[in-house]
Amino acid sequence: MSAPAQPIESKSVPRVAAWRPPFLRSLPLRLTVFFICAVWTLPTLGLLVTSVRNPANITSSGWWTALLHPFEPNQWTLSNYATVISSDGMGSAFINSLIVTIPSTVIPITIAAFAAYAFAWVPFRGRGILFTIVVGLLVVPIQMSLIPILQIYSAGNLYGSFLGIWLAHTGFGLPLAIFLLYNFISQLPRDLFESASIDGASHLQIFTRIVLPLSIPALGAFAIFQFLWVWNDLLVALVFLGPGAEVRVLPTALYQLIGSRGGSWHLLTAGAFLTMVVPLIVFIVLQRAFVRGILAGSVKS
Amino acid sequence: MAVARTEDPGLSRVILLIAGLIAVGLCGAGILVLLDPQGGPNLLASIYDALGNSSGANDLRNGTGDQLFAKILLAVIALLVGVGGIWLLFIGVGALVSQLPPKWRDRILPWVFVGPALVLLSVFLVYPAAGTIIRSFMDNSGQVTLRNYAVMSDPEFVGILRNNVLWLVIGTAGSVLLGLIFAGLFDRVRRESLAKTIVFLPLAISLVGASVIWGFVYAWQPPGTPQIGLLNAVVVGLGGQPIPWLTTSPINVFCEIVILVWLQTGFAMVVLSASIKGVSSEVIEAARLDGASERQIFTRVIVPMIRGSIITVSTTIAIVTIKIFDIVYVTTGGRFNDDVVANRMFHEIFQFFDDGRGAALATLLFVAVLPVMFINLRNFRRQQREA
Repeated sequence: MSAPAQPIESKSVPRVAAWRPPFLRSLPLRLTVFFICAVWTLPTLGLLVTSVRNPANITSSGWWTALLHPFEPNQWTLSNYATVISSDGMGSAFINSLIVTIPSTVIPITIAAFAAYAFAWVPFRGRGILFTIVVGLLVVPIQMSLIPILQIYSAGNLYGSFLGIWLAHTGFGLPLAIFLLYNFISQLPRDLFESASIDGASHLQIFTRIVLPLSIPALGAFAIFQFLWVWNDLLVALVFLGPGAEVRVLPTALYQLIGSRGGSWHLLTAGAFLTMVVPLIVFIVLQRAFVRGILAGSVKS
Repeated sequence: MAVARTEDPGLSRVILLIAGLIAVGLCGAGILVLLDPQGGPNLLASIYDALGNSSGANDLRNGTGDQLFAKILLAVIALLVGVGGIWLLFIGVGALVSQLPPKWRDRILPWVFVGPALVLLSVFLVYPAAGTIIRSFMDNSGQVTLRNYAVMSDPEFVGILRNNVLWLVIGTAGSVLLGLIFAGLFDRVRRESLAKTIVFLPLAISLVGASVIWGFVYAWQPPGTPQIGLLNAVVVGLGGQPIPWLTTSPINVFCEIVILVWLQTGFAMVVLSASIKGVSSEVIEAARLDGASERQIFTRVIVPMIRGSIITVSTTIAIVTIKIFDIVYVTTGGRFNDDVVANRMFHEIFQFFDDGRGAALATLLFVAVLPVMFINLRNFRRQQREA
């Protein structure tokens, strides 16, 4: 797969300039880097090529042979995509994925932003211990929640409903959302808040007119995280939405496709690529913001 | 920074009150629609009825017709109620609270801000975690027992635990080491950002999608027929026999770990690369003047200096490997001596209907990540003290 050459991070940090050895000495290095990039690209390239190949050819020859004779007639087709989208229901799963993912991204960010502001700038009793609990919850496995929540959902008719999965993803995403936004909001300069309070602004006004606009980079970074996480999630979707055709999302549909069409690589590859399109676009377009989020979340020196 | 205050008593207050009441009413109605299992179709059907399109309404109620439109309507309501409702709650209650005397206001307002988050965290994480631990000590009739943990000494479970240890050690070490090496190598070529993007890109792909991608790499055809899987084509091309990678124990575990390493190396590389660029060039110059080779500079100067980042990346990836589920569930279902705890837990709950054992396995995962939780808490405390 070809990817546009986007710089992953800014070059403003001092570089290790004198590291570059002369050209000839660097040849093995260049070959190594090329080899690494090939190994990282080939699996996805194979998927992409196979998904547009004529099904008859797929089992009789490797996908790389198609690249050697790209102009052979009847070699390429989009019918694999047409089949998985319509008769295998990947099209409706695609819509369901959008319907699950967008609220599951926006709702936790909103709730977490308010909480992070209070944890960072509004003194109240128990603030320290409560935030420590949030930090502790960061690593609690989702598996710990499955059985009790499933019981609540079965009793409350939330199993298999969009409302149920929105709430679940909101709950599971909140610790990281609060933590990342707290890290950002607590670093805002204190003067901002002091002068605003002197002008008579309430906490609500400070939050909506100062904190939110300044926090857009952090909000965006978490939004990308949560979007990718929810879009790619299989476990939560399997447990709380289930396999029903009206509600199932793309990962569930792809898993079922493996079960029903195990050996049909032309359909599996097309289905798999369909699940990857949106995250890859999001990722390539918003790579900088995503990297910023990763670095904010993990590099704490 | 000046914050404008709109102090216009009387009229604006009445308008605000009415608008608030209407909004609360709409939110309530929205929640009712969301709670109804057939909420979307029913609402759209009512709209169609009101517009005089009774056949469209009947289709919807019978489960046909514009189901897609009904679904989108439901999602829009969810966003309006979810986001709008939260804002309404914060602003409405905030406005109410600010009418109170300052002493009470300052006490109550923070709880308005953190309240919704605390409720959701309690319902979806704290309460269930406690429930799962308790459930793990009970059998299906509610009697207290240790049997759910005792089975873990069975040979079958020992194999599962061994696989999890393999995932933890090889998956984590593989991703971090490769990430570190790539960060060091790519730092020295001109097309650094392109190479990084290529290695980083798989991070966007779901574990299910990655499993299909690699399932195709590992594809096996009987000897003598053309190999369509890349790996077996290479093996046969080199004169070997094709190997059914994913069904042959114990190599299948390693083949599955490769999928995760392929995904996670990019993450490790990006974080470590940022730290490497943070190492000051003066330190490296000094080492070079002292006669250190490039390799020595990397292993003896740079790596020790970015130790903190290496530990953070390792713990993050370690947690992913401990909880690994999707790859095993999708590639083989754990049927070829390659089962892991999270996959087994899923099958205990949904296939064997043994919640007690499922809960015990979940608790095992929880105990396994506890050290990371303590590290996080300790780092956080230290950060607080320094601030």
